[in-house]
Amino acid sequence: MPKLTIDDIEVTVEPGTSIIQAAEQVGIEIPRFCYHDKLSVPANCRMCLVEVEKSPKPMASCALPCGDGMKVHTQSEKAKQARKNVMEMLLVNHPLDCPICDQGGECDLQDQAVAYGYDRSRYEEEKRAVTNKNLGPLVKTVMTRCIQCTRCVRFGEEIAGVEELGVIGRGEYLEIGTYVEQMVTSELSGNLIDVCPVGALTSKPYAFTARPWELRKTPGIDVLDAVGSNIRIDARGGEIMRILPRLHEDVNEEWISDKTRFAVDGLKSDRLDRCYVRRNGRLEPATWEEAFEAVKTEAKKRTFGAIVGDLADCESVVALKDLMESLGAKNLECRQDMAQIDPAHPAGYLFNTTIAGIEKADAILLVGTNPRTEAALVNARIRKTWLAKRIKVGVIGRKIDLNYPAQYLGAGPETLAELAEGKGAFAGVLANAKNPMIILGAGALRRADGYAVAALARKVAEKFNMVKDGWNGYNMLHTQASRVGALMLGFVAGDAASWQKVDALYLLGADEMPVENIKPDCFVVYQGHHGGKVAARADVILPGAAYTEKSGTYVNTEGRVQNGLQAVFPPGGAREDWQIIAGLAAVLGRKLPYETLPQVRARLAAVNPAFARVDEILPAKWTAFGKDGKCDAKPFGAAIENFYMTDAISRASKTMQACTDAFVKAEEEKAVAHG
Amino acid sequence: MSVAVKKDFQQPKDFKFSKENMVKVELHISKYPKGRQASAVMALLTIAQEQNGGWIPEAAMEEIARILDMPRIKVFEVATFYTMYNLSPKGKHHIQFCTTTPCWLAGSAEVVRACEKHLGIHLGETTPDGEFHLSDVECLGACVNAPVFQHNGDDFYEDLTPENVVKVLDDMKAGRAKPGSQTGRATSMGIKGATTLHDQAKKAGVKDAG
Ligand code: SF4
Ligand code: FES
Ligand code: FES
Repeated sequence: MPKLTIDDIEVTVEPGTSIIQAAEQVGIEIPRFCYHDKLSVPANCRMCLVEVEKSPKPMASCALPCGDGMKVHTQSEKAKQARKNVMEMLLVNHPLDCPICDQGGECDLQDQAVAYGYDRSRYEEEKRAVTNKNLGPLVKTVMTRCIQCTRCVRFGEEIAGVEELGVIGRGEYLEIGTYVEQMVTSELSGNLIDVCPVGALTSKPYAFTARPWELRKTPGIDVLDAVGSNIRIDARGGEIMRILPRLHEDVNEEWISDKTRFAVDGLKSDRLDRCYVRRNGRLEPATWEEAFEAVKTEAKKRTFGAIVGDLADCESVVALKDLMESLGAKNLECRQDMAQIDPAHPAGYLFNTTIAGIEKADAILLVGTNPRTEAALVNARIRKTWLAKRIKVGVIGRKIDLNYPAQYLGAGPETLAELAEGKGAFAGVLANAKNPMIILGAGALRRADGYAVAALARKVAEKFNMVKDGWNGYNMLHTQASRVGALMLGFVAGDAASWQKVDALYLLGADEMPVENIKPDCFVVYQGHHGGKVAARADVILPGAAYTEKSGTYVNTEGRVQNGLQAVFPPGGAREDWQIIAGLAAVLGRKLPYETLPQVRARLAAVNPAFARVDEILPAKWTAFGKDGKCDAKPFGAAIENFYMTDAISRASKTMQACTDAFVKAEEEKAVAHG
Repeated sequence: MSVAVKKDFQQPKDFKFSKENMVKVELHISKYPKGRQASAVMALLTIAQEQNGGWIPEAAMEEIARILDMPRIKVFEVATFYTMYNLSPKGKHHIQFCTTTPCWLAGSAEVVRACEKHLGIHLGETTPDGEFHLSDVECLGACVNAPVFQHNGDDFYEDLTPENVVKVLDDMKAGRAKPGSQTGRATSMGIKGATTLHDQAKKAGVKDAG
């Protein structure tokens, strides 16, 4: 292991560590533009120059591996001068339009120019200008500001898997562009904005709306898929301005999907901000007291069933469970898509390998899932692993467009059954793999024979030795943020369709339920934050809070318990969800035994001790889940049709609508034209 | 100036390599190890340019990307990087004037001006009849015979003057122009006749060391 000194601090590092990384380890910051720790190293900006004793010229510290006995100086005259020179050259063609640039205040170029540059330029000639590119409805370009660090190009190639951006031209005319002016089609394209160190790529929907120093930053958890991406919610006053990723190496690294980032404008429209009660067939505004009274009157006459929607936090789920059970409710359901998932067997419904664990896999079988749309960041991990090791990927289900090569094996259960017997094209690959994985999507279980499919998948896992000491290669990929938490809390009773028989229903944000299956005389309470066809069917509407408006616990598809904080208050008369349920319980004479958030969380941990272990993964015991039985030959369906619109929030978002128009519809038209 | 391709001309819808060229294409691909076929991109671009009358249409880049199994943007990057690939039509006769220092000292600016006047177009433009396109390039490596222009990426016309260049253009149109020196000098022989350092030494009365 090489031992070296950086600014007279001695440091020993792993072989292959670059000087910039070693400096980071001892807390020395070296400025950089092109270097990004998740991307390859082109060493083309030269901002990271340092002085290394015995070498005649300053060296690019991002590309120079540490050597034994090296003496590095980051603050010597030579190093400082080198950086100043680089800075001056970088600014030669930069427009210096910070006052009208959205990156202002969080711009690497601006910060580093102040910290490491000259205070004036000697350049008096004309600057070049570069035409802007149209990258679609999400990313705004001002290409004249580009410093050609190529981070965006590398992000596209290495992370997003879309090779659409490139470096065109040369020398004075070099610029970043796409192939003959096309849009960048990736579900991760928003990350280009974060990756770009200057204001060349900025957020189109957020353009000119706020300055970074006006924003209050709150750590949150995303709920628009089941990955549990760590996010930062930036708000000004009571308004959410934007969502950014927060680093979590084991979950989302430093990326988030475009839906996570850009669906927030959906929080501003179609909101429920007051109670409603149906009187004479019409929903009329009401006070909380009136609404609660209306529920009370019916609760005396009817037995409730309850359905939890996709975006619910665990606090409100446990409160609802406690309330419903005290009312004697038998039909609790969190699988509004009627996926046949058995709550008794955690190993059968968790992503056991963990997201970070994907990197250890060497063969992956995707069954009834398109990870690209269902969990963009799980897909990014698969791609990352493929890029590093060229792992083999097999697909059973729909023919999907993945950004790594995959072998198509078949459409439905018969292909899976074949594999379970050790036959078929992919059997050899799985048999020879050290760490094989299977990923089962909701699309595979959302059918009458779902339990039999799960049993088949389990057999495949057992056949190919996917579950062994230190490795569990069996995975269920969920698409709903609330699903795993609700399963862990046991919010399932009766079979998936039994709620259709009840005469009163409590819907906690159950926006995706088949509303047409509700009995006509059923009394429906809807608690949620967005109006929609389910809310329209309700007899009482209780306005709840969206994920940015409450502190909530969510469990991601891996079974990872995470807490998000409240960033803003819910609009108008809306309240935090567990408090609504607690308030209603009091009116119904079933006061819940908790009054504060810590008390609800203690209750969560009492129901399932895993809730006490925040951000930990507890390995699930391997049990015989699923039911043996005959499978229908019907091909596996898709869990998600349109990545951009999957829930009440993203459906209300204008940006997501624009993406649907630009990307999804355009694709469909292309398909029609070719078909 | 931006490298973005100008849009004032028709892009052909399809492009396919001719049978003979396909043989060349295969040959170039076979030079590289399997899986590294993308290395043949430059050769293929050149072949496409030759086949398509001196410029590479978008359809050809797409075809090359398909043949070499690489992203289109990667082909585009290469095609825009090298100035010898033309991404728009350059007329029947593409005249590339060298305007770098040695040629400029020898009068390239006047030669260019004479041409522009004769053809009625500026550098970077094509004559309405599609016969000539003028552009300027950096040193062509023939400075001894400056000023120089290159014709269709191949032949050099050397020792140009504002007078003889006009004739060259007319001859070219008529199909009888001859590349090489336009003043009749053989290869790169000195314009003041054959001189060597031996002669200089002798003249100065220095004893020959050899
Ligand atoms: S657009 Fe931004 S990320 Fe891309 S090369 Fe330019 S400065 Fe770098
Ligand atoms: S950060 Fe090292 S050269 Fe760009
Ligand atoms: S300067 Fe013109 S050929 Fe060299």
